[in-house]
This record gives sequence, structure tokens and C-alpha cells, in this order.
Amino acid sequence: MSKITDMTATHNWSGQKLVSADYMLFEAPRTKHFMTGSEVLKEAVKRATVDASVSYPITPQSEAAHLIGELWAEGYVGVYFRGENEFGVMSEVAGCSMAGARTITTTSGPGTLRAMENFAQWSGTRASMQLVLMARGINSPLTIQPDNLEVQYLLETGCMIWYAENVQELFDMSLAAFAVAEQPDVHVPIITAVDGFFVSHTREAVMLPEDDIALFPYNPYKAPLPPIDSEMPPGRFLRDPFVMKSNYISYATHASWQWEIRSAVERSKPYARHYLKGLVHVTGTEDAEIAFITCGTASHQAKEANRELEKLGVKTKVLKLRTIRPFPTDEIIEALKGVKYVFVPEFNVVGWLSNEVKSALYGKLDMDIHAGPRVAGGMSMPAEAIIKEVMEKINPGKGA
Amino acid sequence: MAKDSIKIRMPALGGQGAVTAAHIAATAADTEGYFAVSNPFFGAEKRMAPSESYARIGTVPIYDRGEVIYPDIVMIYHPQVITMGKSYTMPFYAGVKENGLIIINSDVDLLTDTDKKILDNLNVKVLTKDFTQFAIDEAGTELATNMAMLGALFGALGTVSKPAIEEGIKDRFLKKYTASGGTATLDSVIEKKFKKKMDLIQKNLDTASAAFDLTAAWAKEVGLEPMLEAPKK
Repeated sequence: MSKITDMTATHNWSGQKLVSADYMLFEAPRTKHFMTGSEVLKEAVKRATVDASVSYPITPQSEAAHLIGELWAEGYVGVYFRGENEFGVMSEVAGCSMAGARTITTTSGPGTLRAMENFAQWSGTRASMQLVLMARGINSPLTIQPDNLEVQYLLETGCMIWYAENVQELFDMSLAAFAVAEQPDVHVPIITAVDGFFVSHTREAVMLPEDDIALFPYNPYKAPLPPIDSEMPPGRFLRDPFVMKSNYISYATHASWQWEIRSAVERSKPYARHYLKGLVHVTGTEDAEIAFITCGTASHQAKEANRELEKLGVKTKVLKLRTIRPFPTDEIIEALKGVKYVFVPEFNVVGWLSNEVKSALYGKLDMDIHAGPRVAGGMSMPAEAIIKEVMEKINPGKGA
Repeated sequence: MAKDSIKIRMPALGGQGAVTAAHIAATAADTEGYFAVSNPFFGAEKRMAPSESYARIGTVPIYDRGEVIYPDIVMIYHPQVITMGKSYTMPFYAGVKENGLIIINSDVDLLTDTDKKILDNLNVKVLTKDFTQFAIDEAGTELATNMAMLGALFGALGTVSKPAIEEGIKDRFLKKYTASGGTATLDSVIEKKFKKKMDLIQKNLDTASAAFDLTAAWAKEVGLEPMLEAPKK
């Protein structure tokens, strides 16, 4: 149990020593733990001086939401409550965040879709809340299993979208997310995605800094829009809605605002490069002619396939995209030099990542982009399935 | 030949503790110095409904996630997995690799002649044993079946020691873990049954240890080759 005190220049309300994101992520000594994605998110929130969190249960994020509630009971999180449904939760998150609170929430699959209007609304407010999305199937027949089709629905909401591969990345990324989303020249919402079950329920080794340190608190007075209070209603643009076009300023703001949100997302790139150590991680053989472009668990599966293909004498490399919005086009082009075949393994039926890759590379690189293999509805993708698809492509008719 | 990593599939029924067993198996392997990962897969949480969990153990980093579709080891926790198809793969040994191992908790032999032929061709060794009765004999409750299965796994494997298993069991029952409502209820039922938590842990350790000895002897008897490289310490 932490002790509840007033925030000082050196310590937060629960007595944790305040540190920079750089110290937290790169310098603080770490020790090994063995935990699930849900448990590690609690550890990240515990070290983030979070002002507010709103929750609603849905598999597979219920445990994470529950554990953030425990942090509130222990005095680490300022405000915590359960919303009436996901639409309510995401609206309440908007309220907390616009009022100047560092705010985090979690949801999954059908919950994401129920709340959908809010995500586009969030980015318009230029608030910097974080949603940790534990992806789950949304398509009928009903499934609680991992499937990241829902991420496609979020791509054009104007929020940043990052994708963590495993338990360790979920910890580091959810802390880095606050550091980047709260930069005054970025200041847009951030969605940190992981695959449900594959990360939320998977238990593995993870390196964590001690829990007696926490990030410096959020300073809402550095935000591009002033926080709401009794003098300032929820953003001037909500009081004098753009849609009214009631004067030249509101007309001109309306004309440029959506472009500005997307520019802000692009402006996050240098910060994300620093805190994530690059927007794309490349592993495998440098001069390989076959590349996998992946995010999340698909990166893991591609790395497993890379290792097995190496044993068969086939050299490949794996591009793991850590940011989806902004999309790391320059990094991908750089990493694809000399590559002839691109494979995009995905955990959804439509292949949204391969569509993203194709549209980003159109007119820039000429190579065979193979949209697969793909599994959907919560199926697993063994390395064997990837290897088979690669061998059939590069060695037609002869199979694996 | 011993491999650099193995994948274990544990089809069970809801309430049998296969998720807990995979969790402890991975913790024990991690303690022993391996890379290890465990994860569950289930639908709606219901007693007696199919529930699978998986453990992956290796001397190399483990990337593979999700269901184990090509297992080295299959552990069947309940006869209904086979007789009623309560699993995510059929037949229960689908995808099993050559030189693999299957441990079945059953009081009767459930393999058909065809099953036996297929598994024999793959050089897969099969141990059918009533580990539920074994748990009742050792711990006085069928709720320790998962501990018997856990001990059986490591006895056959031979490269994860009893102290590491002990560490895994203690870690699971002495630390505060997030479990679903159903599991938390079962935990409290078990605790009441044993009155004291330490008694529970000791019974669990004893059951796992006895099953370890049993399968270690069996593996020797049937000539089970070492499946997993020793950890790189």
C-alpha cells in the first residue's frame, strides 16, 4: 500500500520518486519477472503517475482493467471508475483527458466498435489519452479469441496507433506512449495495441525497473488547447462549433483542423524514433531477398519462420512495424533495399496491413507483395503455415 | 536427438487446472534457466468445457505464440478430450511431431489400433495412467490431478529438476496472481479443503514429486530419448 501525499517537485502522491521517461525506459536498473500482458500493464500504469482511468469489462482486457482498479485502491491512480458501457467509458475518458488528467483505458473487439465514434472525437480534441487495445475478433460468429480486424476500423480516426509484440514491449510502449502523446507539438490520443490472449494472457519473462519510481506528472498547460475548467468550456471549438461557421476564425479552423491532426501524428515520428528506438525493427539476414512485414504477434510468428527457413537454406528478414499511425514508409523503403518478395502475415481476414504496405509503396518500389498468410476468427498461425506459403511462392509447384 | 525447443499442448476440461499447470511448468522451466512461455486458450469459461493451455520451453528465445498446432508433447488431462472431442484438435494427437510423447490421464486405454499404428510410425511414446486416482492416493483429492500431470511431464523430460518445480509451485500459490473468477473460486475451495496453504503446497509438491519419479522410471523403461537440450546456464 502506497502512502497518499501531496505531489511535490520530487515525488508523486503515492510517494514514488519522479523520473523522466528517458530514465524510466533506458537507465533505471531492471530485474527479471515472469508475468502476463495484463499484469505487466498494471506495472506500467503503476509507474506512470496516472490521474484517471475508466474501465468496462470485456474479454480479453478485463484482467488489465481490473488490475488498474487495484492500483487505484492502492493509491497509485488518482481516479478510477467503471463506466456504464464502452461508449460511456470512452466519452468519460475524453472528459478526464480534456480536463487535464493523464488518462488511460483498455478495451477489446466489440467494445472498441461500440465506442467507435469517440476515437475520432478524441483526436479532434487534441487530448493525449491512451487506449490500450487488446485485440479480439469482432466478426461473427462470435469469438473472444485474438484477431486484429478491429485495428483497421481505427486507422483513420486521427489517433496514433502503436503495436506491441509481446509482454516486454507492452510495458515499455505504454510508458513511452505517454511521453510521445504529451509532446506539445504532437498532443493527440494514442492507441497502444497488442493481440489479446497472445499477449494479455501469455506469461513470459520481462525486465522491469523498480516500482518506487514514476513518470513526472502530465502538465496540461503545455497542451495546444487549454484544459477545461470553470472558465474554459470543453475546448472553444466545442462551444463555438466549427460546423456553425459563425465567423472567419471558426471557418478557417474547420478547414484546416483535420489536416492539422494528421500533421500532428506525423510530427510524433522523431519522438517515437527516440523512445521506441526506431519505428521499424529489422531482424534476420540483412541481404535477404525475402522480407516479412509484420506487427504484433505476426512478428513473433515471422521470426519463428525466419529461424526455421534459415535451417532450410532460405534467407529472410523480418520488419516489425512498431507504429502503424504514423505509418513508417521511409523506414520500410530503406529496409526493403534488395528485397524481391514481401510477405505480410496477418491475424485478420481482410489483410489491412498488406493494404497499408501496398498503398505506402505504390509508385516507390516495384516488388511482389504477397498479402498473406492470414488467419482469422482467433486461429493461431504456426510458423509452418508461413513457411509453406513462402516455399510455394519462391518455388512454384514444388511446395514446401 | 534433444531439440533446442519443445512445444507442449495440454487439452483439458475447465476446472482441471491445466492453465495453472502450464503456468507452473513455464515458471519452473524459467527457474531452471530455459526460455519459457505459457498461455491458455478457452471459450466461455465453464466447468467441464474444453480448455487448453500451452507451454513452450527452449534454450533459444521462444517466438511462437497461440495454440500449439505441432506439439512435441501432448498431455490429455481428461478422457472426454478423446471420447467426446473436447479439444481444439481432432484426433487429439493431430500435428504431433516425430519422436514425441503423449501422456493420457485415463483409467482405460483409449487408443484404437489405427491410433497406435500412426503413433508407432511417428515413434511417439504413449503413457496412459489414471493420474486422477494417483492424485487422490497422494494428496487425497482429485484437485491435485494437475500437479500429478505436471510432475509426470518433467519426470519424462528429465531436464527440469524437482527444486525448480517446487519453485514454480510456490511461486504460483504464494504470490498474488490474477485469475478469473472461476479459478479464484477453485483456489479458495482447495484452500479450505487443505485448511492451511502450506499443507496444500506440500501436498502439491509431494504429488508432483511422486509422479515425477513414476514417469522418470517409465521413460527409462520404454527407452524415451532425451527430448530437450539441457539449459545453457
